[in-house]
Amino acid sequence: MSATAVHSLWTTAGGVTSAAPGDRFTAPTIEYAQLAPVLIVVGAAVLGILVEAFVPRRARYTTQVFLTIVAIAAAFAAVVGLAADGYATKNAHIAAMGAVAVDGPALFLQGTILLVSMVSVFTFAERRLDPAAGGNRVDSFAAQAGSVPGSDSEKAAVKAGFTTTEVFPLALFSVAGMLVFPAANDLLTLFIALEVFSLPLYLLCAVARRKRLMSQEAAVKYFLLGAFSSAFLLFGIALLYGYAGTVSYAGIANVVDGSVQQIDPALAGTMGNDALLLIGGALLLMGLLFKVGAVPFHMWTPDVYQGAPTPVTGFMAAATKVAAFGALLRLLYVVLPGLTWDLRPVMWGVAIVTMLGGAVVAITQTDIKRLLAYSSIAHAGFILAGVIAASPEGISSVLFYLGVYSFVTVGAFAVVTLVRDAGGEATHLSKWAGLGRRSPLTAAVFAVFLLSFAGIPLTSGFSGKFAVFKAAADGGAGGLVVVGVISSAIAAFFYIRVIVLMFFSEPKADGPTVAVPSPLTMTTIAVGVAVTLVLGLAPQYFLDLASQAGVFVR
Amino acid sequence: MENLIALLVAAPLLGAAVLLCGGRRLDRAGHWIGTVLAAASFVVGVVLFTDMLGKGAEDRALHQKLFSWIPVEGFQADVAFQLDQLSMTFVLLITGVGTLIHIYSIGYMEHDERRRRFFGYLNLFLAAMLILVIADNYLLLYVGWEGVGLASYLLIGFWQHKPSAATAAKKAFLVNRVGDMGLSIAIMLMFTTFGTFAFGPVLEATGETSEGKLTAIGLMLLLAACGKSAQVPLQSWLGDAMEGPTPVSALIHAATMVTAGVYLIVRSGAIFNAAPDAQLVVVVVGAVTLLFGAIVGCAKDDIKKALAGSTMSQIGYMILAAGLGPIGYVFAIMHLVTHGFFKAGLFLGAGSVMHGMNDEVDMRKYGGLRKFMPVTFVTFGLGYLAIIGFPGLSGFFSKDKIIEAAFAKGGTEGWILGAVTLLGAAITAFYMTRVMLMTFFGEKRWQPDAGGHEPHPHESPKSMTIPMIVLAFGSVFAGGFFSIGDRFLHWLEPVTGHDHGHAPVSATTVTAATMVVLVIGVAIAWAMYGRRPVPAVAPRGSLLTRAARRDLLQDDFNHVVLVRGGEHLTRSLVYVDHTLVDGVVNGTAASMGGLSGRLRKLQNGYARSYAVSMFGGAAVLIAATLLMRAV
Repeated sequence: MSATAVHSLWTTAGGVTSAAPGDRFTAPTIEYAQLAPVLIVVGAAVLGILVEAFVPRRARYTTQVFLTIVAIAAAFAAVVGLAADGYATKNAHIAAMGAVAVDGPALFLQGTILLVSMVSVFTFAERRLDPAAGGNRVDSFAAQAGSVPGSDSEKAAVKAGFTTTEVFPLALFSVAGMLVFPAANDLLTLFIALEVFSLPLYLLCAVARRKRLMSQEAAVKYFLLGAFSSAFLLFGIALLYGYAGTVSYAGIANVVDGSVQQIDPALAGTMGNDALLLIGGALLLMGLLFKVGAVPFHMWTPDVYQGAPTPVTGFMAAATKVAAFGALLRLLYVVLPGLTWDLRPVMWGVAIVTMLGGAVVAITQTDIKRLLAYSSIAHAGFILAGVIAASPEGISSVLFYLGVYSFVTVGAFAVVTLVRDAGGEATHLSKWAGLGRRSPLTAAVFAVFLLSFAGIPLTSGFSGKFAVFKAAADGGAGGLVVVGVISSAIAAFFYIRVIVLMFFSEPKADGPTVAVPSPLTMTTIAVGVAVTLVLGLAPQYFLDLASQAGVFVR
Repeated sequence: MENLIALLVAAPLLGAAVLLCGGRRLDRAGHWIGTVLAAASFVVGVVLFTDMLGKGAEDRALHQKLFSWIPVEGFQADVAFQLDQLSMTFVLLITGVGTLIHIYSIGYMEHDERRRRFFGYLNLFLAAMLILVIADNYLLLYVGWEGVGLASYLLIGFWQHKPSAATAAKKAFLVNRVGDMGLSIAIMLMFTTFGTFAFGPVLEATGETSEGKLTAIGLMLLLAACGKSAQVPLQSWLGDAMEGPTPVSALIHAATMVTAGVYLIVRSGAIFNAAPDAQLVVVVVGAVTLLFGAIVGCAKDDIKKALAGSTMSQIGYMILAAGLGPIGYVFAIMHLVTHGFFKAGLFLGAGSVMHGMNDEVDMRKYGGLRKFMPVTFVTFGLGYLAIIGFPGLSGFFSKDKIIEAAFAKGGTEGWILGAVTLLGAAITAFYMTRVMLMTFFGEKRWQPDAGGHEPHPHESPKSMTIPMIVLAFGSVFAGGFFSIGDRFLHWLEPVTGHDHGHAPVSATTVTAATMVVLVIGVAIAWAMYGRRPVPAVAPRGSLLTRAARRDLLQDDFNHVVLVRGGEHLTRSLVYVDHTLVDGVVNGTAASMGGLSGRLRKLQNGYARSYAVSMFGGAAVLIAATLLMRAV
């Protein structure tokens, strides 16, 4: 089967492709209704900044939380509305002059991102875990991000009851970027979306209330490496433009598969040069693999996950992964289907080292957040196996896996925020010994999440893993599935080890206590458990949904 | 009419359910419920039998499908019953003798506070045994097979407060598992060979199947039969099973369940006919067991164990006859039925004796009981005459036919088998006369029991004597009734087929020879136990006697070969598990841990190292992509 025949299977002919070059400037047409989810979130973020400027300090927290939650809910309603209008299936459309796709995968991923962001924001807003400082209830974020840790100015800020309520608009900006990322239909939009969701994340990483230095170190590392990878990505975009004379996905795809033969005179020297295509494609791929945390572009993950405030870690681990995999899927299925056979071995290699690397290195971790970081790397590998399947089942299984994984991740990190001692969160594994005896419910919930990560049947992790591996095996990647199963076995070791530690070890005398959270965090955890169990016991409806949504517009 | 078949099973099954779930409020009526339902099943059996007699020989078989049990593509199992002449024979035997023994148990178990439960188990046994004999496929037969095993286990261990009873029950269950394994393997082989396990298709298809496969199936069926029917080498449980209440020994371990193996072999006749090697093994097993059981029976002083040895030996006769093929099938079943009468009668008699003697079982402590228990003496005596083959009584006809059939096998084989069966008849006469003499004749050798109570032998109540009398009638007349005009042969022939074989000697000669060995056996016994007083303590005896008292060393053999062997095997497997399996597992884990620790060092915390890793990764990515295009 030739490459062109393959991609025609899973793409449908879309409407507008790109604006024809002409002499006169024509006003761009923007389909505001179709972009509503993004616009609502961006609008709310801008409003949030105004709130910081004009609303009195005491009312800011409530206002921001309310605004954020309402904005995300409204955006989700807009996504549902678009899906109900058939944009996910037969009315799939490319909006904003070819910049943004409104199709099944985009809407499914946007919905997932919004729901996950919603439960993440709940953990952002949690203010019952730490003891009150200076008579004010505090959340996970620094009183004043700009002050030097431990300095007088910080103490003064704490005493004055300052809080960094800017985290809410920052999160909203990030969410807006994530919404655009998997829907981006040209390379420039892709890049802008990447920056829009990354920059707020760098900031968010830096504002932990406890262990500020570690938090700031994480933020700087993340920023440096993120900028580094953005440079690769941008270089890749430039090369692809040189190759195709356009940044539009459809335009590039047309040149790749040879349906557009004419050469732009301005690019006569480069256009159609396969070296540009291959190098550009590889660099673009690398930029996205960095975001999903695939080996060998994963090294930021453990440090950043550990250093960032835990609610941010949960948000980042879940939502970023969804957005980045969405963009990766669209890139591979819409832009580069012609390169399927060129990229396959590389993707195989990356998937294998990612699965094995994540699972093996996780064995010796002693910090629960780092452990979850390596676990997320291994999971990125599993998802890559589904991405490589190159079939409609591959798309839908990845969509399903992302939905499953993100809720479990947010839930797991939410539990991590609860286990605390005098120094804040007790993330060292030795402190978790015997947790099951002291707080059976918390430990049991965490055990459910771990079992889901391990892919034990009757949890959503199993359904997801099964779907992905099945798609990969059917797509001719049986070898990957074998490696995936071996990695799962290795991974099961360290997940189960934590369960053993929690339930079968003697509690330590100076062990951590489990804080009683507000209904916000409780909701986050409950949603995680519910998704885990429901999608584990009866996944079919959601698998069908993902499979209906699994067609890209082109 | 075929709709009645399910009722056969339903009645005792209902009884078992009601009695076992009903709780204490049924204690006072429980035994009546159980007995009435057993009798109901017998009545249904009789109705079906009458109906069957009214039809031509070829279309007597009835069939009833209840429901599809496992309706899977490529694997169809039905709960369906088939009632032909062979099944009918068993139904009447099981429900008839079963009902009598229910009645007997009302008296025998009168003082047992768990009598309701006892009747529940008895009903459960009847239901399972009926399923076994009227199933129309091997899988359903297996259900009944396991069901009677369960009931047997529960009833042997009924007096579970006695460690010996609990142990005996466990032993019976475990030994039976070996046989059950054989049956399940046979069923699996059938399924892979024929694609089904219904009697009809399997038995019709034997002609088109390779002999090797049929031999394998036959041998597995024989293993099953050995377990259930206490044949060598799986015979060791039957003697211990006498720990159960005597009615259980009479019903399950003499008349019905232990003959299930004979049923299985006769039912699967088509398979054995086509697999002569398997048939030969059947004959050998039968012949060996025949002598084994008889020798054990000679040495036992425990009346029930002596009878158990006899049961083993008599079933050996039946298995031998079944192994002879069409020559012997009919006679195997005929002996099975007459044996059902006289052996059940003998056991009930033994129970009656024990009932009057403070549950004493040692025959050396009996003696001279004929005056005290006249009814028991007469019925037991008639059973005795029947089993030794006294002319005119049941055993005479049925055993004589088997001996004739053994000779009719022809060739050297026929002579050997004939000799063995004749020798068996002599030994039977010896040990049964011994039992008779030690129990009912000679001096009183009664001794007070452990509690210091002097025995006061007395006749048992009516509920016990009436079943004994009925069974005695069967012992006397059944054989003659069956044989005169070859009634039984004509009845069963449409199912089992029949072949006269080539008798090298005339039937009269065989009968005469049988009479001679009979007289010799009785005479020796009279010389040893009738003429001189029986010592109250057993003399040391010869080597053979001592071995026979220990059941010819069967348990010693099992202990040395199987138990020790099993222990050694287990120990070596544990060793392999600890060193090899755990070694591999732990080694893998350790190497993974080491690898993990080493890889972890790459994560050194420096952003510059991370950037290098990314750069290197990108370079590899590009290089690999370009390379793929180049090749």
